Amino acid sequence: MKRLATLFCAAAAVFAMPALAQDIGYSNSWPLTLPHDTFFGMAAGVATNSKGHVFVYTRNTDPIMVLGGSRAFAHGGSSLYEFGPDGKFVRQIGKQIYGFLAAQQVRVDSHDNIWVVDRYSSMVIKLNPQGQVAMLLGRKPESVDVPSTPDHGRGNPPGSGSPSDLFQSPTDVAWDSSGNIFVADGIGNARVAKFTPDGVFVKSWGSRGTAEGQFNTAHGIAVDASGNVYVADRGNHRIQVFDNDGNFKSSITSGGDPEAICISPGAHQYLFSSNSNAQNDLDNGGEIYKLELNGTAVGKFGHAGKGPKDFGSVNGIDCRNPNALYVAEAGNWRVTKVDLH
Amino acid sequence: MKPCLAAAAAVSLLLAPVSAVAQSAATAYASAPDLPYEAVPNFFKMPAGDAMGEMQGVATNSKGDTFAFFRGPQTRLWEFSPDGNFLKEIGKGFYGFAFAHSVRVDRHDNIWTIDEGTNVITKFNPDGTKVLMIIGHRPSQADGPYATPHGPNPPDEKYTLCRPTDVAWDQKDNIFVSDGYCNNRVMKYSPDGKFLAESGGPAPGKGDNQYNLPHGLQVDHQGNVYVADRGNNRYVVLDNDLKWKTTYTQYGTAWSDCISEGAHQYLFVSNSNPNGNGPGSWAKTGQIYKMELDGTVIGKFGHAGKLAPGFQVVHMMDCRNPNQIVVGEIESWRMQKFVLKGSK
Repeated sequence: MKRLATLFCAAAAVFAMPALAQDIGYSNSWPLTLPHDTFFGMAAGVATNSKGHVFVYTRNTDPIMVLGGSRAFAHGGSSLYEFGPDGKFVRQIGKQIYGFLAAQQVRVDSHDNIWVVDRYSSMVIKLNPQGQVAMLLGRKPESVDVPSTPDHGRGNPPGSGSPSDLFQSPTDVAWDSSGNIFVADGIGNARVAKFTPDGVFVKSWGSRGTAEGQFNTAHGIAVDASGNVYVADRGNHRIQVFDNDGNFKSSITSGGDPEAICISPGAHQYLFSSNSNAQNDLDNGGEIYKLELNGTAVGKFGHAGKGPKDFGSVNGIDCRNPNALYVAEAGNWRVTKVDLH
Repeated sequence: MKPCLAAAAAVSLLLAPVSAVAQSAATAYASAPDLPYEAVPNFFKMPAGDAMGEMQGVATNSKGDTFAFFRGPQTRLWEFSPDGNFLKEIGKGFYGFAFAHSVRVDRHDNIWTIDEGTNVITKFNPDGTKVLMIIGHRPSQADGPYATPHGPNPPDEKYTLCRPTDVAWDQKDNIFVSDGYCNNRVMKYSPDGKFLAESGGPAPGKGDNQYNLPHGLQVDHQGNVYVADRGNNRYVVLDNDLKWKTTYTQYGTAWSDCISEGAHQYLFVSNSNPNGNGPGSWAKTGQIYKMELDGTVIGKFGHAGKLAPGFQVVHMMDCRNPNQIVVGEIESWRMQKFVLKGSK
């Protein structure tokens, strides 16, 4: 009996630890410099454009609640910063943007448009390269409920699996080569929403669960050059792969419990997946996997921690250059450049 | 709990219940001819580094200046010159601005803002430097944040508004107010702000003197009042004493209306296209209709779309010149100018 239990435990350990991947050598640096008295808060997302500029979306101020009279309103809370290729601060973008509340992710498309995903406003905001609003998906809820209603808090808001063009705490955005838009929606809902390049809602797939095509938390999304859609199914320890219309193709379990994923451009594409540590746990996880698109592990690097070589709850990865990543650490409030050797 | 995702504030954001109001297709859609029109791209020039938010109100004055009243991190009122250049911001930090809903300019060029966050309508002088009148009053912060969407509708007091939506005037400068998201009524006040009449009441209804979210209103030169009764998918016409005259039901969901100036007045209405209605609804909603004051359709223009020159929920129109329409859109955070061609 005891032996059987041990066997089970061993089997479970192997299952939970897709750690047969080789270690990849790496070095860390922190090239991004902010103006005096400006700091990152929770570093939600990082992305580079084609000119090597770096964009960081971070929760670094307090959302302000306004007691308006008829209702209460929430504004502000997150900042979008741009840095040059040398890491020098260029500017803050969108200081007056209505939908910047709780940073969740930032991505840059192939035309250098900057896309911001905001969890608290439940919006996906497309900015042109100059930083002006170009298109909006979703709508910021008008007012704040005081006191908060338990079933609308951080638990499971209603609308899970909602087939709509409105989001509930979305997490990430990606595009295929035709410019179709895929939104991971995300935490409140557990689904993917597809839009045309013009923002016309096409379809939605997924609901909360463990079956194929269901998600625990659709926490990240990426699209390969063939138009396949990779969804980080955080909580279900897998990356699910769909075709461009949302038909399930396969599950990748070699990338840990993915919190952030990224697919590199170029002729040979790689899939990066962060098995981010929970913030109350520095003993398990934290490593980032480098995978082939079919899930075969190339290697892994890093582990949970607060030290210079460590990762603290990674929430965003930029892999435009698959050998020089930018990593946004939600737990360590920093953006790290990682050179793979 | 997902610690790395814990929001900084332990409060939740909720959609207002009113967004559950179903969008309705316009039965006039098939018969209304398409009016030729042109968008004027990027007509309004933004101040550098700044951003508009949900564009709730747009209005022009007799000199051709355009006013934009929108919801950003603050509610703000901007003025643009006749050629679309930014002139100035009015009322920055003003106590009557918390959640913009509408801006209108009266025949003396006074600027009126309707704010559904503070429950206050403010009359500014033409250059926006003086407050001339306040209608409604802002609840005291000492009473706590009012979560009105979840409470019972307040009683219909004469001088207390509840999330008011719009203001208009007749040629004698009597003031008409639609009120609003929690009351469901139309009010008439004298030019100096004294209560004269009311139609409707606290509760929503479908009857002849009832409303379900009166969302906008306009007054023609004869003094008739045109109410956009959004929740009932109709426009209600009242006489100057707020007695019911007729109803127009063929124009879809009544988001906003506008009556042009000049000897021959036209009525413009928008069957807007909010998010959450599914892709199929976009084909049938989003257009602006032009009609005679008696409800006879003249034509339609525009279409739903997130990218300009599409409409992503027109919340308000300015039609002082019936061939030059300025629209403000909630869900695309912008203001666009259109020229109707081939019209008389």
